[in-house]
Amino acid sequence: MSRIKSCFERLQQQGRKALIPYITAGDPNPQATVPLMHRLVEAGADIVELGVPFSDPMADGPVIQLACERALAHQVSLANVLEMVAEFRKTDSTTPVVLMGYLNPIEAMGAEQFAERARAAGVDGVLTVDLPPEEADSLVPVLRRAELDTIFLLAPTTTEERIRSICEHSTGFVYYVSLKGVTGSNQLNTDEVAAKLGEIRKQSSLPIGVGFGIRDAQTAAAVASVSDAVIVGSALVKLVEQHQDDLPKMQDTVAGLLASMRAAIDA
Amino acid sequence: MATRFDAEFLENVPDSRGHFGPYGGRFVSETLMASLLELEQQYNSLWAKPEFQAEFDRDLADYVGRPSPLYFAERLTRETGGAQIFLKREDLNHTGAHKVNNTIGQALLAKHLKKPRIIAETGAGQHGVATATVAARLGLECCVFMGEEDVKRKALNVYRMKLLGAKVIAVSSGTKTLKDAMNEAMRDWVTNVDNTFYIIGTVAGPHPYPKMVRDFQAIIGREARRQCLEKTGRLPDALVACVGGGSNAIGLFYPFLADESVQMYGVEAGGLGLETGKHAAPLNAGKPGVLHGNRTYLMEDENGQITATHSVSAGLDYPGVGPEHAWLKDTGRASYVAITDEEALDAFRRLTRIEGIMPALESSHAIAHGLKLAKQMDKDQILIINVSGRGDKDIHTIAAIDGISL
Repeated sequence: MSRIKSCFERLQQQGRKALIPYITAGDPNPQATVPLMHRLVEAGADIVELGVPFSDPMADGPVIQLACERALAHQVSLANVLEMVAEFRKTDSTTPVVLMGYLNPIEAMGAEQFAERARAAGVDGVLTVDLPPEEADSLVPVLRRAELDTIFLLAPTTTEERIRSICEHSTGFVYYVSLKGVTGSNQLNTDEVAAKLGEIRKQSSLPIGVGFGIRDAQTAAAVASVSDAVIVGSALVKLVEQHQDDLPKMQDTVAGLLASMRAAIDA
Repeated sequence: MATRFDAEFLENVPDSRGHFGPYGGRFVSETLMASLLELEQQYNSLWAKPEFQAEFDRDLADYVGRPSPLYFAERLTRETGGAQIFLKREDLNHTGAHKVNNTIGQALLAKHLKKPRIIAETGAGQHGVATATVAARLGLECCVFMGEEDVKRKALNVYRMKLLGAKVIAVSSGTKTLKDAMNEAMRDWVTNVDNTFYIIGTVAGPHPYPKMVRDFQAIIGREARRQCLEKTGRLPDALVACVGGGSNAIGLFYPFLADESVQMYGVEAGGLGLETGKHAAPLNAGKPGVLHGNRTYLMEDENGQITATHSVSAGLDYPGVGPEHAWLKDTGRASYVAITDEEALDAFRRLTRIEGIMPALESSHAIAHGLKLAKQMDKDQILIINVSGRGDKDIHTIAAIDGISL
């Protein structure tokens, strides 16, 4: 069984919701990432989502764009990101790691090689933002053969027919984009999210993670009340940006925000 | 097996998912999929209607001033020595470039889809001006994204857009040029997808844009084909057009694809020279990848990061290219060459002095290669060069190169 699947099963037995923090790998520098991943786990992360920096992050707002630019200033490549995961795995063999990014770096490495190296490094799932299921026929089987979960996005605009197809392509969990916008937007409406999640649950029994627009303990708790997992990215990455010159303080504030979300979700 | 470009074959390109061979497609985040599917369906149904086509043709005639002339450049032909050079005068269109053919078409779609707000990306500002123009005419709110670098380089076009009532947003992310403007427009679209129509200015982006923009720009080639037959009684031997995203080139080439005897040359921006790496010539020196919603040739590093481009012409300063060009290259139906900044500037001066026609720096790339080609051709052969835009917007750039401040 995949680490992601067993993670969600364990949480379900405990009656708890998953908390999934996102950070961009290599932000603010390559050395900061693995220690920060461990801190996230200590602060209550169930799964860690690691962003693969890309020069043209079309679906991301200004906060994650800048995080990509900081990482790329250190020439952080997909190969480096996989090395970071391998390093993380030396001392954490249980927390699932999901890579989130864009298709082009994967294609540049080659899908087969990427899948093999990702598995060897200890990656559990892959979410490619600009790859809808219609174009995924060649990548998905390659990832599956390497026992990597394939996670796809669902959006407020997704039709019933597409919900079915996207869920069929997904394993591990599906990622519901809570609002029309880029990462870091702030128009989250929990009632709308709840209604759409109801539609998705009619079609699939996969756990549903909700991301985009979750900024604090309150919004995290609100989203947790209707979903299986809360995904938080820009709010954390903003703290990385603010404290990029003081890494201990950066780790403390990022872990602090995540811990407050954990507490609110579990309350 | 060689691809036969007959009418039946072309009917099925792109396929129903927007693929030109291995290129094209629809690589966007899920939020945009519903809008793209709706756009595709609406476009297919409207484009099939004679009333819509008639409305489009009427606007092109009465508002844009089409047909644009096919001009025999007699003195240029004589001085060059070789093929008879004909210029397709897209520079004479309203707003000064071929871009308006497409914005007229997409604005009509926006009107039928009842979207009150229009957004666009622009490089040199020609597409931005053409979009602001149709938005003004239809009373639509208009927002144009332009890289900070280009805002500086093309202040005249920025002011034109503002006069037309558009809001110009300077994009400061990434390389601060056309590709970043396109990223930002996509981000705006994903946020305001309910009330906004995104008018992409070239034959790139997710399906159905490459097909739709081609269909709107194909008026260039349809006219040129008819005009050439009328004036000379035969088809041209070669076509030349510049390629950034490649909309003017596809517009000219497409109606000739089934004419096997017609050679086609797309001219990319060679910048400081292909060997320097400072250029914008993905078909000459890039490799296939995925950016801005489609698979195509890209300028990228070994890790799949998109690299910075360079061209004296802001409109060609783009790391990708329309997927249909990628496919025409691979099938060998069209050839793609590169012209350096310096060669383009020489061609600009040559056409200005010899024919009294001041071409855009983008189009100057096509002129430069056209002149090289003409010399190698026989006197009874016919060459059509697309003058995709006029050079007024580039006067400051040229003056600065001459050390003159205006």
